[in-house]
Amino acid sequence: MLMMTMLIKESLIIQQERDLVYCRNRVKEVAAKIGMGIVNQTKLITATSEIARNMLIYGGGGTMRLEVVTKGKQEGIQLVFEDKGPGIADIQKAMQDGYTTGRSLGMGLPGAKRLVNEFVIQSAIGQGTTVKMLKWKNG
Amino acid sequence: MEKIPILKMGKFLLVTIQVDLYDRLALTLEEDLIQMVFKTGSKGVLIDISALSIVDSFMGKIIGNIAGMSSIMDAETVVVGMQPAVAITLIELGLPLSGVHTALNVEKGMALLESRMPPSLDDANDDDVD
Repeated sequence: MLMMTMLIKESLIIQQERDLVYCRNRVKEVAAKIGMGIVNQTKLITATSEIARNMLIYGGGGTMRLEVVTKGKQEGIQLVFEDKGPGIADIQKAMQDGYTTGRSLGMGLPGAKRLVNEFVIQSAIGQGTTVKMLKWKNG
Repeated sequence: MEKIPILKMGKFLLVTIQVDLYDRLALTLEEDLIQMVFKTGSKGVLIDISALSIVDSFMGKIIGNIAGMSSIMDAETVVVGMQPAVAITLIELGLPLSGVHTALNVEKGMALLESRMPPSLDDANDDDVD
């Protein structure tokens, strides 16, 4: 059998609300393309939506890098969200359920973390925030 | 400006969301619905989300808001048609949508709304469960 390796690696700009819809749709498209099941697809696009919105509201927008990654036989999608916003003062607090500095429900960051397989957040005051997450196809 | 149509069906309002919801559109829907409840005196709002492949915390909040505001204005809200994957995701996200009535489809949602309407005549002293 022929093993096909898909080379998808792209960068999307998130500057306005409509970009969120485009991002979600693109992630869904790629997820479907690598054969990710519908539940995992839904989890991943929901996490995408949460993080992209956070980046838009708190970070003033930024970029999302989308990449199909493999580890052995596993295939998955890695997303890196990067903004040059004010940064998060207390990441531990931001990762708590129900904590918000805005008007949201405070479920975005902790919720997104629960929906993916790997989740790393880094932030520096005055420099910006980077969120890296990964969802395996069968994860 | 893009809008989600709200249909009046007898005592109830029916909303079928067929497009990708972005935040502004969801907020507009929230406003329009409350205005419609006020204008028409509707006793129930049925929101069909069967075409939505995602409900994130923002949309969840809007749905909760609509239910809460309608309730203050004496109208019940039922959300119908949620896809299984969306339900699984919402729970994991930490958003159980408590306080919002749900039903499997429009038909069952309508039946639920009907069943919750008080008998049109007198006798209002029995079921005050809330």
